[in-house]
Amino acid sequence: MGLESYIAERKQHKDLLVMAHVVCGYPSFEANMQELEIMHEAGVDLVELQFPFSEPSADGPLFVHANEQSLKSGTTVDQCFDFMKLVSERFSFKVLMMGYYNTVFKMGEEVFVQRLKEAGGVGYIVPDLPLEESAHLHALSEAADIEPIILMTPTSSDKRLAQLGAISRGMVYVVARKGVTGSKTNMGDDVIGLIERCRQHTSVPMGVGFGISSKADMDFLRGNADMAIVGTAALQTWEDSGAEGLKKFFAELMA
Amino acid sequence: MDIFDFSDGREGYYGKYGGVFLPEILHATIEELLVCFRECKADPKFWQDYVTLLQNYSGRPTPVTHLENLSRKLGGAQIYVKRDDLNHTGSHKINNVMGQGLLCQRLGKKRVIAETGAGQHGFATATMAAKFGFDCKIYMGAVDVARQRPNVFWMENLGAEVIAVEDGQRTLKDAVNACMRDWVTNMADTHYILGTACGPHPFPEMVSWFQSIIGMEAREQILKQAGRLPDRVYACVGGGSNAMGIFQGFFDDDNVELVGCEAGGHGVGSYMHSARLAYDDATVGVAQGYKTYFLQDKEGNMAETHSVAAGLDYIGVNPIFSYLHDQGKVRFEAATDIEVKEALKLTMRTEGLIPALESTHAFVTAIKEAPTMSKDEIILINQSGRGDKDIFTIADALDDAKWKTFIGGKADQYRGENS
Repeated sequence: MGLESYIAERKQHKDLLVMAHVVCGYPSFEANMQELEIMHEAGVDLVELQFPFSEPSADGPLFVHANEQSLKSGTTVDQCFDFMKLVSERFSFKVLMMGYYNTVFKMGEEVFVQRLKEAGGVGYIVPDLPLEESAHLHALSEAADIEPIILMTPTSSDKRLAQLGAISRGMVYVVARKGVTGSKTNMGDDVIGLIERCRQHTSVPMGVGFGISSKADMDFLRGNADMAIVGTAALQTWEDSGAEGLKKFFAELMA
Repeated sequence: MDIFDFSDGREGYYGKYGGVFLPEILHATIEELLVCFRECKADPKFWQDYVTLLQNYSGRPTPVTHLENLSRKLGGAQIYVKRDDLNHTGSHKINNVMGQGLLCQRLGKKRVIAETGAGQHGFATATMAAKFGFDCKIYMGAVDVARQRPNVFWMENLGAEVIAVEDGQRTLKDAVNACMRDWVTNMADTHYILGTACGPHPFPEMVSWFQSIIGMEAREQILKQAGRLPDRVYACVGGGSNAMGIFQGFFDDDNVELVGCEAGGHGVGSYMHSARLAYDDATVGVAQGYKTYFLQDKEGNMAETHSVAAGLDYIGVNPIFSYLHDQGKVRFEAATDIEVKEALKLTMRTEGLIPALESTHAFVTAIKEAPTMSKDEIILINQSGRGDKDIFTIADALDDAKWKTFIGGKADQYRGENS
C-alpha cells in the first residue's frame, strides 16, 4: 500500500496523524527501540529514522549533537538499514528514511532505493536535495514505489510551490517557519496562510513540522493539516526525563 | 576559455562539480542573490566602483616584486611575487569582501554573516561591515577562536560579534554549517559573505569574479616588468579563492602552467592533511551546498583535516578546481608543515618578505621547482597574505624560545594585574 492510501486509511479513524523522529544510534539503538515502542503505544502513524551525517546543516543544536554523538559511537549506514528492517517488521507504523544527500550519493542512488525498499521503508526526506537535482532519484523511487517527501516552505513563491506540487507524491512536508529544527513556532495565521497556499498546489496529504511540541499545537493543526510532525520536542523530553517522560509527552500530545 | 559560460540546464556546474544543494527554504534567497549578481556582473559601472573602492581603501593595485636574491640562490628560474599581502587587513580576502559588500548594498540588506577559519576572512568582513554600516556576526570554530585570538580581538574591536562554534570538529567547516543555520532563519535581512570560491552556485563564480582582479593586474605587471608571460604560476589552495584569482589572468595563455599548492600537513598517508587533489585520499561528494572532492569516509562523513595553516585546513575544494584538475589545466602539489616552516625561514632571510603560512605553501613548491628550470624562465607566486600579523602562530610554528619567554612574562604580568 502506498503512503498516500496508508494516510487516507489512518485518517478514517482520527483527524490528525502524527509523525515522529529518531536519530539512529543516538543515544543508542537500544534506546531508539524503547522510544519507538512508546511511540507505537501512543499510536504514532509514521516515523522518520534519521541516518546520522557529519554536516547536518538543516538541523538545530539538539539534532546536531545527536548526529555527532551517533557517529562518534560508530553508527554505520548498514546498521541504520538493519535497524530500519527490524523496526518496519515489528511495528504497524510506516517508516521513512531521513538524512542528507551525501549519504545517498556515496552509496549510489540505485543502491539507496533498493536498500530502502528491502528495509521496509516507504519513503525518504533528504532536505539538501533540491528538485533541480532530484529527477533521477525520483524516477528510481517511483519505479520501486518509494515516495520522495517534498518540502514546502514559507519562503517558497507560488511559482515554486507549483513546481514542488507537480512532483509531490505520498505526502508533502510543510515547514512551518524559517530556521532549523527545534525552535518554537508560533502557530497562527501565518501557518494557516502557508498551508492554504500549499494546498492550492498539491492534492497529496500534508504534514506540518518544525516547532510542534504541545497539545495546543495539535489542536491548532487539526482540521488544517493531515499530520503533525514532532521531532525535537520528543528527543528533548527523552533527554530530560527518559521513558516515563516520553510516555507522558505522547499521551498528552495525542490526547 | 570562459568556464562561466554555462550550457543550458548546467548553470553553476563545472563538469560534474558545483551545483546548488541547499534546503528548499533557501531557494528564493539564492535565486535573489543570483539575479543580483548577474546584474552586477553585466554592469561595467559596478566593476569600476569596485576597483575604485579597492584602490582608495585597500591599496590596489598591489605590486609585483622580483625576488633577485632568492632566484640567484636557487640558481634557476627568475622568481616574481604578486603582493596581495599588501592589501588592507593583510590578505586577498578583502577583495571578495568589498565586492560582496557592494552587492549587499544593492540587495538592500543590512546585516552580514561570515564563517572564518584562521580569522582573515572574518577580519576583512568585520572591516567592511564597519565601513558600510552593516550589523556583522562572525562564526568561527571554537578551536580556531582559541588559537587565533589576535584576529578575534580585531573583529570584536571593529564591532563584529564573534560566535565560537562548538559543533563537530569546531573548525572552519562547522563555522560554514553555523552560517547556513543563521541564514535559513534570517535570510530576509541578511547576506552571507562566503569567504572562498566554494559553496553553492553562484558563490564559486562570484568569489572568483571578485578575486580575478589579482590575475588581471598580475598579467599586465609581469609583462611590463619581465617583458613576457611567466612559465609557471603558483598559488596556495584552501578553498581556492586566491588561486582562482591569479590563475584567471592566465587561463587563455596556453604556455603558462598553473600550479595549485595544497596543505600536505603531516604528509602522504598520514590522513592529517588537507590535500584534496594533490593526494589520492579525497573522493567526490556533496556537502556544504555543493559537489566536489571532499576528504571523507566511504559513507560520506567528513574526515578530520589538518594543516599548520588554518586558512588551508578545510575538507573541500572549489568545484572549478576539481574540474580543471580533471582537465589537466591546473597541476596540484602539496607542501607539508615541515617544508612550509623551512621555506618561510628562507624567504624571510633572503628577501625580507614574510608570507602568511598559507601563502608559504606556494613558495615551497616554487622553491622546489625553480632550480630545475633555466635562468631565463619565469615563475610567479601569489603571496596572498602576510605573516607578520600571525606572529603567535608563526612563533609556534618556528618554536621560538625567546617568544615563549616573552609571552610567559606577559602572562605573569596579567596575572599580577588580576590578583
